[in-house]
Amino acid sequence: MLRNKAIIAGAADSDVGKTPHMSGLALNAQAAQRALDDSGLSLDDVDGLITAYSMTEPYFMLGSVMAEYLGIEPTFCASLTVGGATPGAALHQAAMAIAAGEAHVVLITVGENRATGQSRNDAVKALSHVGHPAFEMPYGPIVPSFYALIAQRYMHEYGTTREQMAHVAVAAREHARQNPAAPAAKAIEVADVLASKPISEPLNLLDCCLISDAASAIVVTAPDRAGDLANPPAWLLGIGQCHTHEHVTMAKDLTQFGSATSGAAAYKMAGLGPADVDFAELYDCFTIVPIIEAEELGLAAKGAGGQLFESGESRIGGRLPINTHGGLLSYAQAGASGGMHAIVEAVRQLRGGEGLRQVAKHDIALVHTEGGVLSSHVTIILGRDAH
Amino acid sequence: MDDGAADLPAPYLSADAGPYWRAAQEDRLVMQLCYGCGSYRFFPGLLCPKCGSDEQVWGPCSGQGTVYSLTMVHRAPNPAFRSIAPYIVALIDLEEGPRMMANIVGADRLETAIGDRVKVCFEARGPEIKVPQFVRVGS
Ligand SMILES: [Zn+2]
Repeated sequence: MLRNKAIIAGAADSDVGKTPHMSGLALNAQAAQRALDDSGLSLDDVDGLITAYSMTEPYFMLGSVMAEYLGIEPTFCASLTVGGATPGAALHQAAMAIAAGEAHVVLITVGENRATGQSRNDAVKALSHVGHPAFEMPYGPIVPSFYALIAQRYMHEYGTTREQMAHVAVAAREHARQNPAAPAAKAIEVADVLASKPISEPLNLLDCCLISDAASAIVVTAPDRAGDLANPPAWLLGIGQCHTHEHVTMAKDLTQFGSATSGAAAYKMAGLGPADVDFAELYDCFTIVPIIEAEELGLAAKGAGGQLFESGESRIGGRLPINTHGGLLSYAQAGASGGMHAIVEAVRQLRGGEGLRQVAKHDIALVHTEGGVLSSHVTIILGRDAH
Repeated sequence: MDDGAADLPAPYLSADAGPYWRAAQEDRLVMQLCYGCGSYRFFPGLLCPKCGSDEQVWGPCSGQGTVYSLTMVHRAPNPAFRSIAPYIVALIDLEEGPRMMANIVGADRLETAIGDRVKVCFEARGPEIKVPQFVRVGS
């Protein structure tokens, strides 16, 4: 039981967008340095290190590589690979290590130079490997195809519309435009999403997330450090995981996923429910995904997720602000970075003072990270205070 | 889909699936049938994911199925697929139970919809390997 056993003491992103002058390791180091500065702790305090993986740079043991790059010798170190859910899984590991007394200050850093570290064609090719090499890849799917299969079935069973999905992209862009750290981009309307280039039907270009250079880091420690930090910490109130498949072909059902299970576990640990959530940062690699997640996590009734975005309730200023930084769709996405940007944003919103995009009520945040093809899920509930 | 199909990629061959690919080479679709619980399973593997049994036989499948979901791919992953885009990637529920991915091929492939009935056919990927594909037989 990890409730109130770990705090996020510092959180920061690297520069995001296109940073051709920086390697993937450098982006991670920049995010790490900023997160440590944000916490008031230093590399000397770090005794645990968790990284994700790299698909742009040829490093095998990325955790050890990162320790070497940073010049630290952690006594707890791992590189995790659960796709987009990696930041959530890493936070879970860090909290367990801290609660068990096996580590005291764990640095988690994820991300890579996806935009400039490889050509776009290479990116498509590398990512395609989430498909099964024998029973999926010979049929020419791209990553959006796996999610398109889900979207098509979801639309068929629940009547979710292309317009509702487009609203997810429109809201993300609007939020990103209020985020000074987000790449500059023009406002978009539903019609722009529907008219953008078809990728894998029903998903168009603007239904798909960015491919960025980006890294993101957090510093996790024990509550006994809460008093001597540079900024107010975010408290880990609840966290839960569920992993049901990797390949979309093997998903039992394309309308029910492990997010319901991970969410229930996180709520139970926190002693909270969906009605207690003030704002949410949901994984949005494709526009259909946060719609499904909102339903699975009880933030909308089954089949009503699209309405949450279409009605404007998910906007900053709405009943339940979602993806206040702009999400993977309009802020940044680089390998495993997307979910960590969401955690970083949740920490900032919980502290308050985020200017134009600050949500009004900011006591309880829900972050959902997802990897594969809605395959691996980690739900996180963070609080401004212990609960 | 027939034009240039030989340039399309061959599957990764794992020892788990030897009988599957040998049968495909003879235009037959086979899957593992579990002695423990009587269910067909796919992807192939050592243990039945339903009951855990490692006793099984490779049984014939009718090759008849229904389209569970599909997507028309416009942005192909490589030049070989680009030459045939747009094409249909579908998930097909076989009569015997397992779900599999394949392309829908045939002149009317781009008209495919969820619920369409489809039947297996086989497409060469080089001289020594064929992959199962599906054609529409009714909607
Ligand atoms: Zn069995």
